[in-house]
Amino acid sequence: MLEWLSQPWPWYVAGPLIGLIVPLLLILGNKSFGISSSMRHICAACAPANVKFFKYDWKKEVWNLFFVVGLFLGALLVTLFFPNPSPISVHPSLAEELAQYGITDISSLVPKQLFSWENVLTLKGFLMMIVGGFLVGFGARYAGGCTSGHAIMGLSTLQLPSLIATVCFMVGGFLMANFILPLILKL
Amino acid sequence: MMKPLTDEQKTNTQTFQEPQLVETNPDFEVRSLDAICVNESHLQHKWYHNLKYVAAGMLLGIIFVKAEVVSWFRIQEMFRLQSFHMYGIIGSAVMVGALSVWLIKRFNIKTIYGETIEFHPKTFNKGQIIGGVLFGLGWAMTGACPGPLYAQIGTGATVIAITLLSAIVGTWVYGYFRDKLPH
Repeated sequence: MLEWLSQPWPWYVAGPLIGLIVPLLLILGNKSFGISSSMRHICAACAPANVKFFKYDWKKEVWNLFFVVGLFLGALLVTLFFPNPSPISVHPSLAEELAQYGITDISSLVPKQLFSWENVLTLKGFLMMIVGGFLVGFGARYAGGCTSGHAIMGLSTLQLPSLIATVCFMVGGFLMANFILPLILKL
Repeated sequence: MMKPLTDEQKTNTQTFQEPQLVETNPDFEVRSLDAICVNESHLQHKWYHNLKYVAAGMLLGIIFVKAEVVSWFRIQEMFRLQSFHMYGIIGSAVMVGALSVWLIKRFNIKTIYGETIEFHPKTFNKGQIIGGVLFGLGWAMTGACPGPLYAQIGTGATVIAITLLSAIVGTWVYGYFRDKLPH
């Protein structure tokens, strides 16, 4: 068991386990799986500022904030006690492409050469962290959900709007990764 | 596993009220446009009942890190069609999720408190297209959707707190301009 916990998990183990989060939350308390709403609840709790969208009883949705705290703690637990021993997986063509932009350190899941405190105020870092983060938050709420709420929960309940949203997530991602990101990485 | 309501829960159920502001804004659907933010449970619990969601979140955080779902590189591979990994994860998660939902409906499975499990149909609006593309652009940049943002901070990439904060600001700005945006 401990040995297994120390190995990276293949997709056919991780995917079904993530899928089981859907019935787990439903059975624990009628909760629909979704993560981006936690950010709305944080806005409603900390800075509602008389905006109608944030004037609701966020305390009723507080389970979602507990859930994301768990998400953070779970990741922390694995990192401290059961880190993957082998180097992380990076496709050779991706590694080659990234090397052109000087990204050679593939030792951590989040590349340190792009995402670091020193880089926050460089143009590249600002775009990747601040603008990227803004788009994730703004877009997820505009779309009414993120990968968990639409792609997993929405598709599991066979919702057409969620399929449309998921296709659009992929379209945006393809455009960014293949056409825009190379320009940003050159900066 | 069905638990009868305690007196305290019954009292709270009776005194429970919907927030007035939500109710008086019928032209401005606060909840129904959202993928989630639906919690129709009318049971009221002590705060520590929420600890089970911490446990569920931890489970997800462990899977996210062990399967490299939170890896920026994995997301880049996905959008460059260099690896099947993320497609396999999302695809099998949806299959298991859909099968579970079907079983819940088929056998009318209840929550641990004996409540009927409810599902909420989503309605289409243009936000799913415009917002969806904007989200996708951000996803490929940060290499993280909202769930992995929380998990990445847990892996020690503390600077991702800045990205998360920016995502919260993005959420707030959307809320502020919501009336003026096409839906």
